[in-house]
Amino acid sequence: MAKHVLRLVAVAYVLLLLVLPVAVIIWRTFGDGLGPFVEAMTSPSAVHAFKVTTVVAGWAVVLNTVFGVGTALLLVRHEFPGKRLLGALIDLPTAVSPVVVGLALILVYGRFSPVGGLLESWGIQVIFSTPGMVLATVFVALPLVVRAVVPVLEELGDEQEQAAHTLGASRLQTFVRITLPGIRWALGYGVVLCLARSLGEYGAVAVVSGRLVDQTQTLTLFVEERFQNFDQPAAFAAATTLALIAVVTLLLTKLLRPKDRSDGN
Amino acid sequence: MAIEIRDVNKSFGTTPVLRDVSLDVAAGSLTALLGPSGGGKSTLLRVIAGLERPDTGTVRISGVDATRLSPQRRNVGFVFQHYAAFKHLTVFRNVAFGLEIRKRPKAEIRKRVMELLELVHLEKLADRYPSQLSGGQRQRMALARALAVEPQVLLLDEPFGALDAQVRKELRAWLRRLHDEVHVTTVFVTHDQEEAIEVADTIVVLAGGEVVQTGSPVEVYDNPANPFVMRFLGPVTELGGSLVRPHDIEISQDPVEGGSPAVVSRVVRLGFEARVEVEIDGREAWVQVTREQADRLGLEPGDTVHVRPLPGARSLALAV
Repeated sequence: MAKHVLRLVAVAYVLLLLVLPVAVIIWRTFGDGLGPFVEAMTSPSAVHAFKVTTVVAGWAVVLNTVFGVGTALLLVRHEFPGKRLLGALIDLPTAVSPVVVGLALILVYGRFSPVGGLLESWGIQVIFSTPGMVLATVFVALPLVVRAVVPVLEELGDEQEQAAHTLGASRLQTFVRITLPGIRWALGYGVVLCLARSLGEYGAVAVVSGRLVDQTQTLTLFVEERFQNFDQPAAFAAATTLALIAVVTLLLTKLLRPKDRSDGN
Repeated sequence: MAIEIRDVNKSFGTTPVLRDVSLDVAAGSLTALLGPSGGGKSTLLRVIAGLERPDTGTVRISGVDATRLSPQRRNVGFVFQHYAAFKHLTVFRNVAFGLEIRKRPKAEIRKRVMELLELVHLEKLADRYPSQLSGGQRQRMALARALAVEPQVLLLDEPFGALDAQVRKELRAWLRRLHDEVHVTTVFVTHDQEEAIEVADTIVVLAGGEVVQTGSPVEVYDNPANPFVMRFLGPVTELGGSLVRPHDIEISQDPVEGGSPAVVSRVVRLGFEARVEVEIDGREAWVQVTREQADRLGLEPGDTVHVRPLPGARSLALAV
């Protein structure tokens, strides 16, 4: 009996919080057929917002993947002073509100700060422009790759890498041929999480972008702006697109993963 | 000399692990580094491979100073206790790894790998993944992988330590035969004195980070440098203030010259041999006899017998 109640509660919880809202959005998007959806998503503003999101999320994923793998290797394979501090700092973005991140970035890289002023004099505008949005997204999604990779690296151990060294492999060869294949699934998972988080980021990007329509407007900002301006079809269409991209990436990683013959001890 | 180690010291933090270790390993030999855990034997092996860097001292491999060389450039084969199999590669690709790194032609790699797989009896499992192999098969694969690059020395770190007793015995005999075929200078680490005696032609006893004794299995067993080595290499018991091997003691029912009276406290029959536990002046000792001897003497607990070291038995006086 208790089991049935528990099951009912769990299903109702997921239904009300997750399934119902998403279903309603999808229903409202496609309620009048595909026409309005296609029309909304092909408007110049929507296409531009889509492009901005792609560029920002793309850069954020690339940077966080490189940084994430490097940091995970550093944390697992090396001993150095300040290691615990670095480990703690990695988790900071989880705790800090994205809006605070955005404000902090403006304080450091804004036109009237020393750093921002210097960059401006070199012709690089960070705030209210793509670099700032990439920075904000990178910051927010920072822990995801590191945290996905670290436990797998720990479990993998370093004996395979040592064996590769004694067989004549250089550090780079060992990384490419042994370490990377060993962490590929965890890395893939981390990258997908990072991508999903980057696509959906709102708060930090909202602050540093200045929300300039057709300039620094990402898809999430587009949804909010359209909604505020009573253009619900466009808002719903963009929201559905975001959700679909996330679902498709998740499914892709599941499908791409072959029957794992090489695992086990 | 294939390997010359001079005055190597190594500490982990403030704990010294190797102290002034000097050692020569003859080309083509099969040497066992034997000692209790924490004795420094694995660290010494890793120093030879370049996986650890000594704090002081030098390592020469085939006459070349290798002290500062990375493991990548030493051309040594290393076999780990837990196999370190490349899990995402097939058996074939595991063995081919070193040759692929050296960019050898495909046909040559194929030929060499298949030869090696035949040598380790894994030719039928070339397309399997390590997870589909037993422990013994994985270790044989690791050995073939290490041999593929034609290393100057082959280093094995407790190679059979993770295997069950039966497989372990088989692999020991097999390693001995393999060495007779391949003749590569081999050093292996073990804490099992039986394994060292059975497989190696030279035994190096390491304890407390120091080389305690070096010699052939017979020398080390028969002429141990100190009570520690004697205890470590085989069974011992105390008789008249000396350490003696229990199979070097004679039991008789009548008083004999140089014998001491003893009271039998227990007789344990272990298949071929029997273990006779006795008490001499309130001190416990034990004697190893054949079952046939035990039956002939008709030993029962409570009997009084006379024991003395066999003529020519090697004993080691214990400092009092």
